[in-house]
Amino acid sequence: MAQVFHRSANNLARIAIAVVVLTAIGILCAAYLLNAGSTTTGVGLAIDQHVPFSHKHHVADDGIDCRYCHGSVETSKFAGIPSTETCMSCHAQIWTNAAMLEPVRESFRSGKSLQWTRVYDLPDFVYFDHSIHVSKGIGCSSCHGRVDQMPLTYKVNTLYMQWCVECHRAPERHVRPRDQIFNPAYLTPASNQDIIGPQLVAQYQVQSLTDCVTCHR
Amino acid sequence: MTPEDPRSTAVATLDPGPDKVIGPGHDFGTVTDQISGVVFRPFLKTPPQLFLGFAIGFVLINLFLISITWLFLRGIGIWGVNMPVAWGFAIINFVWWIGIGHAGTLISAILLLLKQDWRTSINRFAEAMTLFAVACAGMFPILHLGRPWLAYWLLPYPNTMWLWPQPRSPLIWDVFAVSTYATISLVFWFTGLIPDLATMRDKAGNRTAQKIYGSLALGWRGSAKHWARYQKAYLLLAGLSTPLVISVHSVVSFDFSVATLPGWHTTIFPPYFVAGAIYSGFAMVLTLAIPVRRWYHLEDLITMRHIECMSKVMLGTGLIVAYGYAMEAFMAWYSSGQYERYAFINRVWAGGYWWTYWLLILCNILIPQLLWSRRVRMSIPLVFVISLVVNVGMWLERFVIVVTSLTRDYVPSSWGMYYPTFWDWSTYAGTIGLFITLMFLFIRGLPAISIFEMREVVHQNAEAEHAHRDS
Repeated sequence: MAQVFHRSANNLARIAIAVVVLTAIGILCAAYLLNAGSTTTGVGLAIDQHVPFSHKHHVADDGIDCRYCHGSVETSKFAGIPSTETCMSCHAQIWTNAAMLEPVRESFRSGKSLQWTRVYDLPDFVYFDHSIHVSKGIGCSSCHGRVDQMPLTYKVNTLYMQWCVECHRAPERHVRPRDQIFNPAYLTPASNQDIIGPQLVAQYQVQSLTDCVTCHR
Repeated sequence: MTPEDPRSTAVATLDPGPDKVIGPGHDFGTVTDQISGVVFRPFLKTPPQLFLGFAIGFVLINLFLISITWLFLRGIGIWGVNMPVAWGFAIINFVWWIGIGHAGTLISAILLLLKQDWRTSINRFAEAMTLFAVACAGMFPILHLGRPWLAYWLLPYPNTMWLWPQPRSPLIWDVFAVSTYATISLVFWFTGLIPDLATMRDKAGNRTAQKIYGSLALGWRGSAKHWARYQKAYLLLAGLSTPLVISVHSVVSFDFSVATLPGWHTTIFPPYFVAGAIYSGFAMVLTLAIPVRRWYHLEDLITMRHIECMSKVMLGTGLIVAYGYAMEAFMAWYSSGQYERYAFINRVWAGGYWWTYWLLILCNILIPQLLWSRRVRMSIPLVFVISLVVNVGMWLERFVIVVTSLTRDYVPSSWGMYYPTFWDWSTYAGTIGLFITLMFLFIRGLPAISIFEMREVVHQNAEAEHAHRDS
């Protein structure tokens, strides 16, 4: 009777081992890339809005302070999406016939809210509070990036828990003077971050809160 | 030696008597033929009992699939668990199945280290039982999660939450214990199979079978170098498995004994659980070995000596378990702790579950005492019935420990009962079906007795006879 396996089976057996090992490594790499890529995280993907609101125009060109529109950011957990009335406080007078702004005017006429699409959407089991971060020296651009350079808003951070925890474990690397909070061009970490960081942490009494109850109430 | 060798059937019905691990008249060829003959028997000549068992297993597996589908759709609320009894059948069955698995490793590893010759013809079988029991057990910790799809959070892997499992929880140790146990058992079993798979390859009648067994045998040629390394690896695996058996079921016992619950918080649990595991495991080996031996006429390979030795181990571990019950009762009194004392009173007569405790005593302590008698140990029907009784008793033990302790603890306002639902029972029955099916598939497709180790036994017997004749 002939041999059960042809000589080529030797190579087949060796290749099979390599294939198994490489497949395992490949799956791990794919999982990592998928997890870190913008398909999953949404980082860097500009979101289409009914009204293509440009932060770049309103902040960089017009020089409007963040709090003009996001008025509750210093006092409330929610920074606030401005109401139609806020838009109309200017656009009742300028660009009154722009087609782009028709949904705003329509909203103003009908009293129905504008439908904005959230870019930074945390799951509801996370309790995030804007006001505490602003008052403890964390500026807008640390988390939201150079909003003044975004024609359409996109995420610059994953909002993964590791991203939150990273800063909560070492807030001195990201904290900035309170008068720079709303300066979109302020760079963190600053050139002298290792000096001012610990100072500000002490001065603002920043705690390194990483217990579950801090966010998952 | 060819598969059609007449001797394979000629020796089949000889009973070797009570002291031998193998029947008379066996040589390498007959042993090989008889064991591989079980697998190479034409499909339609499979014993009808096997088909029947397989059919039952198939039905029960479907019941299991329906049960877990409904479970995933509706949540664990379909079970009878609730506050205060949040652990019910799932954990009872988990501990029961894991316990059953332990005899397999005991037989294959510990008895190997102790050089017990009677382990040889039951070890393969018992290891397969371990694997399938662990497969059944391993599902319960996942099924009983409210959100089973997040079970992978129990594993320590780098993740975007920067979160790791809590290494102080015995339930996390369970993950490691059971997954290690399953892996090592599989490797041990497969290592043991390699030389036999090579035999199967060489004896297979057709190309497909040759290729299948040949691929699994990994090109085993049985050279002296192979054997030397093989024995070393096998011994090392046995040495590794032995502490595993002890620690895995100890870890399972920590699930309870680490808690502060009266009736759970007991330091005797680790050894007592391990003894119980071996007790129930041997009972299950007997439950399986006795019918299979009969259906396939393996009386001269699984002899009365095997049955008797297993009965003795069962009796011995049963006595350790009995000591455990006695100590729990004694400690309840000796501790002077009112909760501890009440926990015991609750078990014995106060709560609604007193009958489970007394059934447990009957099944686990009283009836197995019959095994002291050699007449009982030598009686196949009696041993079979006792092994079934012990299986039931050990299930009841876990029921008493898990449920009775939970129903009544520190705060009387939190006392309650646990009533298993249809889905509790169906999931349990389903895993039994899975176990039966896997076991029968194994018996049909792989050599259920280690061929090469039986050949060693034949060799040793022949040598002993030589020495006897020469002197």
